[in-house]
Amino acid sequence: MKTLRITFPYMGNYVHAFRGLLEDLGYEVVMPVKPSKRTLDLGVKYAPEFSCLPYKIVLGTYLETLPKGVDRIVTSGGVGPCRAGLYASLHEKILKKMGYNVEFIVLEPPLVDLKGFYKTVQKLNYKNYSLWYIYKAIKRNWRKIKALDTIEQKALFLRPRELKKGSVSAKYKEVLQYVINAYSEKEIDEAEQEALKQLDKIPVDLEKLVVKVGMVGEIYVLLEPSSNFEIEETIGHLGAEVKRSMFLTGWTRDNTLPGKSEELVSVKAAAKPYLPELIGGHGQDSIGNAILYIKQGFDGLIQLAPFTCIPEIVARTILTKISQEHNFPILTFFLDEQTGKAGMETRLEAFIDLLKRKKLQKLSKS
Amino acid sequence: MDLYLGIDVGSVSTNLVLIDEENNVHESLYLRTRGQPIRVIKEGMQILKEKYENKVTIKGVGTTGSGRYLAGVIVGADIVKNEITAHAIATTTFVPEVQTIIEIGGQDSKIIIIRDGVVTDFAMNTVCAAGTGSFLDQQASRLNIPIEQFGELALKSTVPVRIAGRCTVFAESDMIHKQQLGYKIEDIINGLCEALVRNYLNNVGKNKEILPPIVFQGGVAANRGIREAFARALGQDIIVPKHYNVMGAIGAAILAREATNGQKTNFKGFAIADYNYETRSFECTYCPNHCEIAEISEEGKVIGRWGGRCPRWEVI
Repeated sequence: MKTLRITFPYMGNYVHAFRGLLEDLGYEVVMPVKPSKRTLDLGVKYAPEFSCLPYKIVLGTYLETLPKGVDRIVTSGGVGPCRAGLYASLHEKILKKMGYNVEFIVLEPPLVDLKGFYKTVQKLNYKNYSLWYIYKAIKRNWRKIKALDTIEQKALFLRPRELKKGSVSAKYKEVLQYVINAYSEKEIDEAEQEALKQLDKIPVDLEKLVVKVGMVGEIYVLLEPSSNFEIEETIGHLGAEVKRSMFLTGWTRDNTLPGKSEELVSVKAAAKPYLPELIGGHGQDSIGNAILYIKQGFDGLIQLAPFTCIPEIVARTILTKISQEHNFPILTFFLDEQTGKAGMETRLEAFIDLLKRKKLQKLSKS
Repeated sequence: MDLYLGIDVGSVSTNLVLIDEENNVHESLYLRTRGQPIRVIKEGMQILKEKYENKVTIKGVGTTGSGRYLAGVIVGADIVKNEITAHAIATTTFVPEVQTIIEIGGQDSKIIIIRDGVVTDFAMNTVCAAGTGSFLDQQASRLNIPIEQFGELALKSTVPVRIAGRCTVFAESDMIHKQQLGYKIEDIINGLCEALVRNYLNNVGKNKEILPPIVFQGGVAANRGIREAFARALGQDIIVPKHYNVMGAIGAAILAREATNGQKTNFKGFAIADYNYETRSFECTYCPNHCEIAEISEEGKVIGRWGGRCPRWEVI
């Protein structure tokens, strides 16, 4: 049987776990490159104008990768009314029209259609590995994803406290390779521990005044740094400790396991007074997480949304009300290919200054 | 005498101020940038040099505005700060009870909400300049009226003509139409002022709770017609501080004093007025982002680079 070549959208550091899983299933993985200006230019050129930023970036990634010879693309669907559910079909149509003969395999959330999910997994499993083997492969790569998340969260904590600007980013980039190169669960455990140990060696000032900023919004622009102009790094250097509402481990768990994690129930409950209905995408999550951040004593919130994303536009109008009711600063960025970085940086700096002075004022009153 | 230097490099004007420990403004320069920020910074420093060299000690320097990074490496800034923070610091110093700051410059406009002396919210215009000074400049030029006389003419009007304000292109079409119908020039100008105010309040000021005292600053605050239009629209007195057109630079100077806090300044001295600066740009081909890197050299030595998405080309 011929070995099939497969690729997938680029999404933060998770691509390394995706690669691992697909190689375990017998594919030759054609790694997508980290999205660049060229990627976006390609996507913009062939995508409908009013499709959202993730659609354009992902299409650009495909157009950069397919010329290397690809048989299959595996990607995800969307939840509820989110347009992402249509993207695989739209991408496929455009690529076929351009002459690329590639098969799309779309993974929908199992809670939506368990039988369909199983059928799709079996389609992916073209070499007919046993269920036990597949379970072990998923478990191992899931462990890798969790390690990637743990290390990233450590970096987010340390960055605003680093004594020398850029030291956390440089070390983080280095230790990331430990986890990426690890294969077995034992190796992943060891790599994670070593990575955390190395990060802990970076000189930091734990007493420094740091503001805690929550980040909510659409999953792709939250997770892929090239789509949000490396915003976490930027505000980390400005003195903000970032907590992101979305990590792949959390989102996948909430849409995969029937048991509903405690965290998910909490987010939905928090959103209910403002937005009881699921409006698709991550709109409800944005509201719920904003409320939770307020309760946890965060200093401010940043919402990231692709331009024309309806769930986030709805969330934005509600966040304005929440901001007023709770006297809680919220800054929103709508992102598309026209977004200018300089304007974003000015607003971010002003926002972090605002949070710092507000925090100092609060501290001086107590 | 110990003084602090603040520099605000904007798209239309570049402002330099010298303040003392008690925030008295000893010098205030309002120069036109004309697309040449380096030349105008040197020009400003030359003026200050002739007047103040060997007579005062510069204890700190701060920069702000869209050209703040460039200015920062030229003069040796102790702090480089965004214009929102700079304006807020300056205004709360001179009008401590301020709750709303309206700032309109040549290309951008801002609203800053302050409660109990601290910024609690802000917004800036996004991609459109319809609510900024460039809108007025353009129309003044077309009407062949000096921008300095624009405001006084607006005050002569008793019946403002309705002018579309959402977009400058539509506004211009509307004005031409009204002119051709024979409306009086001062009524058209007053209508323009109201259009700008409407645009500002509907876009930058959207969702903001605007409470008095309201302070209006930036170059457009020179326009009496705009001041009155804001007062009518908001139903409040509008405070225009004495140094309304250089508040960003004053804020930068105050922040420089806070930043140095008695420590030695990084200021390079007035001699920079005589230095030779070269700029160039190149495209980084290391990865497909192809960042456009801008580079500035002082007397042959590279002192700054910008434009990269990663730290590869950063200086020091």
